[in-house]
Amino acid sequence: MTNKPFDFKDYIRTRFFPHIWCPGCGHGIVLGSLLRAIHELGLDKSDIVMTSGIGCSSRISGYVDFHSLHTIHGRALSFATGVKLSKPNLKAIVPMGDGDALAIGGNHFIHAARRNIDITAIVMNNRIYGMTGGQFSPLSGSGKKATTAPYNTIDRNFDVAELAKSAGATFVARSTVFHANECKNLIKKAISHKGFSVMEILTQCPTYYGRKNKEGDAVQMMEGYKTNTAKLGSKKLEKNPDLIKRGIFVERTDIPEYCEAYDKIIETAMKGKA
Amino acid sequence: MENKNNIRFIQGNEACVEGAIYAGLDFFAGYPITPSTEIAEHLSARLPQKGGKFIQMEDEIASMGAVIGASLTGKKSMTATSGPGFSLKQEALGYACMAEIPCVIANVQRGGPSTGNPTHVSQGDVNQARWGTHGDHSIIALTASNHQDIFKITVEAFNMAETYRSPVIILLDEAVGHMREKLTIPEPGDIQVVERLRTSVRKGIDYHPYLPREDDRLPMSDFGGEHRYNVTGLFHDMWGFPNNNPKVVSELLRHLVDKIENNVNDINMYKEYWLDDAEYILVSYGSSARSAIHMAKNRRSRGVRIGVLELQTLWPFPTEMVREKCAGAKATIVVEMNMGQIVTQVKNAVDNPNNVFLANRIDGQLISPTDIKTVLRMIQGKGV
Amino acid sequence: MDRLRLVFSGSGGQGVITAAIILAKAAAIFENKNAIQSQSYGAAARGGATRSDIIIDDAEIFFPKVIQPNILVSLTQESYSTFAPIIRPGGLLLVDSKYVTIEKKVDAKHIALPMYNTVMEKIGKPIVFNICMLGALVGISQLIRPESIMKVLETTIPKDFMDMNKKALDLGMKMGEKNRY
Repeated sequence: MTNKPFDFKDYIRTRFFPHIWCPGCGHGIVLGSLLRAIHELGLDKSDIVMTSGIGCSSRISGYVDFHSLHTIHGRALSFATGVKLSKPNLKAIVPMGDGDALAIGGNHFIHAARRNIDITAIVMNNRIYGMTGGQFSPLSGSGKKATTAPYNTIDRNFDVAELAKSAGATFVARSTVFHANECKNLIKKAISHKGFSVMEILTQCPTYYGRKNKEGDAVQMMEGYKTNTAKLGSKKLEKNPDLIKRGIFVERTDIPEYCEAYDKIIETAMKGKA
Repeated sequence: MENKNNIRFIQGNEACVEGAIYAGLDFFAGYPITPSTEIAEHLSARLPQKGGKFIQMEDEIASMGAVIGASLTGKKSMTATSGPGFSLKQEALGYACMAEIPCVIANVQRGGPSTGNPTHVSQGDVNQARWGTHGDHSIIALTASNHQDIFKITVEAFNMAETYRSPVIILLDEAVGHMREKLTIPEPGDIQVVERLRTSVRKGIDYHPYLPREDDRLPMSDFGGEHRYNVTGLFHDMWGFPNNNPKVVSELLRHLVDKIENNVNDINMYKEYWLDDAEYILVSYGSSARSAIHMAKNRRSRGVRIGVLELQTLWPFPTEMVREKCAGAKATIVVEMNMGQIVTQVKNAVDNPNNVFLANRIDGQLISPTDIKTVLRMIQGKGV
Repeated sequence: MDRLRLVFSGSGGQGVITAAIILAKAAAIFENKNAIQSQSYGAAARGGATRSDIIIDDAEIFFPKVIQPNILVSLTQESYSTFAPIIRPGGLLLVDSKYVTIEKKVDAKHIALPMYNTVMEKIGKPIVFNICMLGALVGISQLIRPESIMKVLETTIPKDFMDMNKKALDLGMKMGEKNRY
């Protein structure tokens, strides 16, 4: 914790603004929650490496005043694995879009989870490929409209939290940009967690997903996050179990973290035992 | 008396491992693939013994990504693969070109395309090493025909990766990678090891990660160190921030190509055998060169004025050197195990391309001295 | 010395490749010779006819493959049939008498020794069959000092197995010496 009041200018590279995100995009709120979480955790900016892939969400890494690595589509987690394993004292945060993380990058996602390497994956889920102009993603779900689904999608969607859990992630949580404060608190927990942590954040793309699917403007879409989601353990969820769940799905500390496990390999190897 | 502890009887792939360790390798990420797997196997044992890191990734692409990430933290990093895996790595390899990340990729070549001929020799990836990734760029690719040279070019690959801030490809092949012969490990200091050029800019002062110095070099700052900066695969300005201003784009692309092409002579490594009076010159590399040298030695003993130019740097191609060396030859025969990937370069280099011939073999078998002799006899008009 | 070109052949699991590596390594490291060992990979390494090439010479060796071996060792009928035709005229063919029946003779000295049966009878472990074969080859041809082979074994196998390997090498040498070549 730190006593200094939060000033976003302490954490961004003002030189690189304005950002590229459309008016009404939820990604700025994710950035806000993330920076507040980092501020409240009192992390040193030089101890953070933010690694991203390609897409609207991935530009987030350039805007922040950390070590930042803007890589290629889908592979951010693999680059981050190299960074983290060679310098385990660094905090590795990997913001990804839904297509980036779970279509082209799906293999890296499940294997990073399986290894339980201490990386925080933030899946900014807007259910669409925004940067390329509104094609459906593996999180769009069926019956949606997209520029590559003029007759509606027939593809089913992943449940990010269930997928991460099955693949072995040791911290899994979900929130939305409507719940910015809750989101910040969960990001804090995700970053503090030792092991692979997955934080899914529902964030609106009014430009493509909203317009194509007649979900209204940014405000209406955020209203949707309020109405259509419910906290785990809440009365609201009990009454309406089909709502999208928010909160912590997995939080376990009984699995060895990958870099720490590798340190033990080094110890063994140095003693000359094969 | 030689120190026997320094003498190994090992595979070429292990010679590559020994060279990498000598050069200061800290990090390896890879994925199993024949015929390169021994490199990963040996490094999985060797790296943790010196506090380094080995990771077997989920695929070839991830391996290349991890190597780039590790290099940015200041660690000398490499991966090893073969044809299909080399194809998969190409996008990330291009990223390393664009973002100027030092790293080494060993490709132990097998027959292709596709799954091809996994356990058999080929030199079919020479052009892929040059142009495998998309877009204009320049690249360094080294090769060798014996274990002592594999060791040496591996050290040089790391040296060049640091000097030119570029991925460097080591193009081995199944024959030399798998065969066993003697390797004498040089003492520390026998081969110079180049360390990373790090910035002298102090904390608090603006560090421009992509502003070349007068000598065109870009001092680096380790991720996790004092300077926080951006790295991207997009065209970028001196801050490392995305920029598509036409001037920025063209200057960066020229820099990426020039930093290598302007240093062809420094990057060029080769060996020559009996070239002084040679009427016939065999230009070869990798395991093919062994057959070329064998054949030339044999013909020399029968009075034929023949010599061998063994290339160790394939890219950037040493055009000037090849032109000079082959200038006096009646005929130049390029010996390689592909459909003619270096012969095109040699034809392009020499004054009279009609005197350049190809002696090749593409069936998964190591080209033999007899194969080359047959081509020579045809050129001499002696028939087969 | 004249260039020695050897081909060891047999089936996967007989230790043919290991024997080739031991021989070449012994020559290279402990007798200051140049030596190269190579082998066929792929399906042949898993049950089919396994082949490993060895070249030993004082001079530098460039082309690493053996086209015509001076010495061919075959430990299975299949490998014998496959490789006997490539033996250099006047060369040496060594086979195991349990596994190989000599058919049409080629221009080479043919030696069939009961290496497998002797190992099973005196030691009882087929794992040292290949070392017995190396011993026999050394006994026949004196191509290398047996101490050099022992030095390689000392650096590569656990101490507990040394006696067994030494015994296998000696058994082979005794058989081989009776057939000096």
